[in-house]
Amino acid sequence: MSDTTQNGPMLAADGTPLKRSLARALRRQKMRALMLISPLLIFVLVTFIAPIADMLFRSVENQMVSETLPTTTQVLGEWDHSAGEPPAEPVYEALYYDLFIAAEAKEHTKLGTRLNYEYTGVSSLFRSTGRGLDDLGDDYLDELEEVDDRWGEGAFWYDLMTGTGSTDEDLVAAHAKRLEQLTGDKLSGDVGFAPSTEIAALLPKTTAAYADFAVYTALVDGDVVAEEDPWESVYVGLMTDLQTADVASYSGPEAEALQTAAEAAQGIEYIPLKTFFAEEDEDWLNVDIWATVQTYSSKYTSGYFLNAVDLQLTPDGIEARPENQQIYIMLFKRTMFMSLAITFSCIALGYPVAWLLANLPASKANLLMILVLLPFWTSLLVRTSAWKVMLQQQGVINDVLVWLGLVDDAARLVMINNQFGTIVAMTHILLPFMILPLYSVMQGIPPSYLRAAKSLGATNWTAFWRVYFPQSVPGIGAGSILVFILAIGYYITPEIVGGTTGTFISNRIAYHISSSLNWGLGAALGAILLAVVLLLYWAYDKIVGIDNVKLG
Amino acid sequence: MAETSDSGAFVAFERVQKSYDGETLVVKDLNLTMPQGEFLTMLGPSGSGKTTCLMMLAGFETATYGEIKLDGMPINNIPPHKRGIGMVFQNYALFPHMTVAENLSFPLEVRKMGKSVREEKIKRALDMVQMGSFAGRRPSQLSGGQQQRIALARALVFEPELVLMDEPLGALDKQLREHMQFEITRLAHELGITTVYVTHDQTEALTMSDRVAVFNDGRIQQLAPPDRLYEEPENSFVAQFIGENNTLEGTIKSISGNTCEVQLDDGEVIVARPVNVTEVGQKTRVSIRPERVEMDKSRLQEGAHTLKAEVLEFVYMGDIFRTRLRVAGNTEFVMKTRNAPDQVRLKKGQQIEIGWLPDDCRALDA
Repeated sequence: MSDTTQNGPMLAADGTPLKRSLARALRRQKMRALMLISPLLIFVLVTFIAPIADMLFRSVENQMVSETLPTTTQVLGEWDHSAGEPPAEPVYEALYYDLFIAAEAKEHTKLGTRLNYEYTGVSSLFRSTGRGLDDLGDDYLDELEEVDDRWGEGAFWYDLMTGTGSTDEDLVAAHAKRLEQLTGDKLSGDVGFAPSTEIAALLPKTTAAYADFAVYTALVDGDVVAEEDPWESVYVGLMTDLQTADVASYSGPEAEALQTAAEAAQGIEYIPLKTFFAEEDEDWLNVDIWATVQTYSSKYTSGYFLNAVDLQLTPDGIEARPENQQIYIMLFKRTMFMSLAITFSCIALGYPVAWLLANLPASKANLLMILVLLPFWTSLLVRTSAWKVMLQQQGVINDVLVWLGLVDDAARLVMINNQFGTIVAMTHILLPFMILPLYSVMQGIPPSYLRAAKSLGATNWTAFWRVYFPQSVPGIGAGSILVFILAIGYYITPEIVGGTTGTFISNRIAYHISSSLNWGLGAALGAILLAVVLLLYWAYDKIVGIDNVKLG
Repeated sequence: MAETSDSGAFVAFERVQKSYDGETLVVKDLNLTMPQGEFLTMLGPSGSGKTTCLMMLAGFETATYGEIKLDGMPINNIPPHKRGIGMVFQNYALFPHMTVAENLSFPLEVRKMGKSVREEKIKRALDMVQMGSFAGRRPSQLSGGQQQRIALARALVFEPELVLMDEPLGALDKQLREHMQFEITRLAHELGITTVYVTHDQTEALTMSDRVAVFNDGRIQQLAPPDRLYEEPENSFVAQFIGENNTLEGTIKSISGNTCEVQLDDGEVIVARPVNVTEVGQKTRVSIRPERVEMDKSRLQEGAHTLKAEVLEFVYMGDIFRTRLRVAGNTEFVMKTRNAPDQVRLKKGQQIEIGWLPDDCRALDA
């Protein structure tokens, strides 16, 4: 009987194609195998992959500017910074209302901090201006209340804005959505307010400001809109609207009061918002600040990555950072160099030990193995601190050298808080990671190879170099990858013994994550570090071949 | 047994002793000489000291006492790589990270030979073991037999005068092993190389060697050509270790020249040839090869003594019949008879009478 049919694929006994039949048979096995690893897989996904992905995403995320100042960034889009003139009144108007609600929601300082990464001084500008926003509206209110007391009352305003006839529900919904974006919380509930279309058309800025107020009052504070006095921004909106609006023909509720106010408004000094901001802080006329806001108004940015490689995103394109602010490229180079130095010193120190381990009789090898593993049983902090004791200027080694007369007491060696100290301490800590893979590879090399080489006429050195060493290269590879990748991301030891010249990029990442809170930059630095490691891994695979790595 | 030192010998062990722990001797007072071109096999059970001897000769172990000479020169203090001895290891020890050609090139490179010379020699060595087309392969891509040939070629490529082989055929299957036995012997004789071969397989030792040294307990028990070793074992260890052997235990009753009388444990008296028994009353083991046992009286001497035997088992083995007998209380007594047309096929329980020539019956130490 022939195994193959003349035409078409092989068939199983029941006539289905053999491939499909086999796949079905294997699927159960695969599912079972998958179920066995699923607890670990889920654990890794939830606690490792997802946080890392989230963290790395922060390196390009930049929604804060457009979410906090949505109208401003929109209006600012048409402004051209290269003219050297600050933006026109509409931008300042938009900024006022955006900033007002942001200040109510206490989000404006976060934005200030964010923009401060890009332009120093923005943080305090936002914070101080945020405090002064109420004053303008208060002044207007005082003037209006002289005409009609009710302008300060919530119920009066509610009647005025609700009006009669059709209402604009969409406007409220849009403002609610905007507030959601701003606070980042999911808001639900009934606002209990909708402006009449007539009023919305007549007093657009007032309506917008009042809608912000209404949405915030109802959804965030949980109060009834009609019972609360409106925000100061509403008065600013009203005054702005009254400069142009024709209220004479309006006939809705409180039309009379509105018309009286419109008349009175002629006598009230109207302060354009540009002037207001300029008085609050003249930095608001600074073209560079506005250019920075414009540059960072997109939802995603390459700014963090550029910062991470000592560049910056300016309105005129990508530029190098000022020389006194360039630090990251140097840190990356230093991290690479020191990791390589640590890896090589681990090879140099670990190779003979591993060779001894593999060639000593079992009882002695076990003792030696315990000595190799001993560091693993001691706390990392203890080991690092011990090096501090050993290496410092008043430390054990210096004392001994001075006592021996090798070093003058006045010129004690500086061996800690610099690169040397970091390399020494980290070599000691990472040494077992080099020795163990080397040992397991060397154990697999039978002594008969060396004997064969010698019997063929090779000297001890030739036999080692031409026969033994090439076979131990997979162990060196495995150990080097382990040590290098561990070293490149090491944090504690460089932090403790590194001083200023021995710190790694990881210390900088930690600083941005926990101190400066510039998570985006920290994430960008981390992403670059990850990319560098992957690149090196790829290069290693190309040059040496990853299947040449043996861990045991 | 112990041969005297011969200044013309190519390899000489002189009173060599070896101890690893300072308490027991692994090799006890070894004396051995080999002429040039000889194929000598060290045969013995594991732990008998044969591999230690080989390692001392190769230079990987140092003798605790005594001297090893190569071509008249003491080599105790010469490191292995300067001895110029080719060696084939049990697991071949082909360098896994080098190709076959690079493996063969290695001993030539360390001898600083030029490229063209090396290529010429490698080609010749590979052709010699019929592996000419495998130069570019890695050892892991070769079968066991092929690796064996490459290991042999590598040990021979730098034209050593002495080649050591440490159980080189141990990992091969039976058929391949027999083929390689023949190959190795042919090469050794064609090239005129002096060879020391270590094995625990007696068939290998008998078929390949000019002389065999049987090791036991750190001593050479007998050093002789294969036929003499088989037919004239000098003590009961050699008789037992080489080939199949029947033993009957007894006591020497009388000795006169080339014959002695042995009273077996059940009272029967037989005539035997005394080998290493000297005194009357001494305990002895009488050794008879199964194929020398006769049940056909016409093939025995006139009036030869015969023993009664009961057939316990009859096995048809094709070329021979193997009959297990009860003889003088010994139930493991084996007789081998040729499968000839007129040969009788015995039945279990059958009573027969067996005998042998006195010369085939050797009285050895007990």
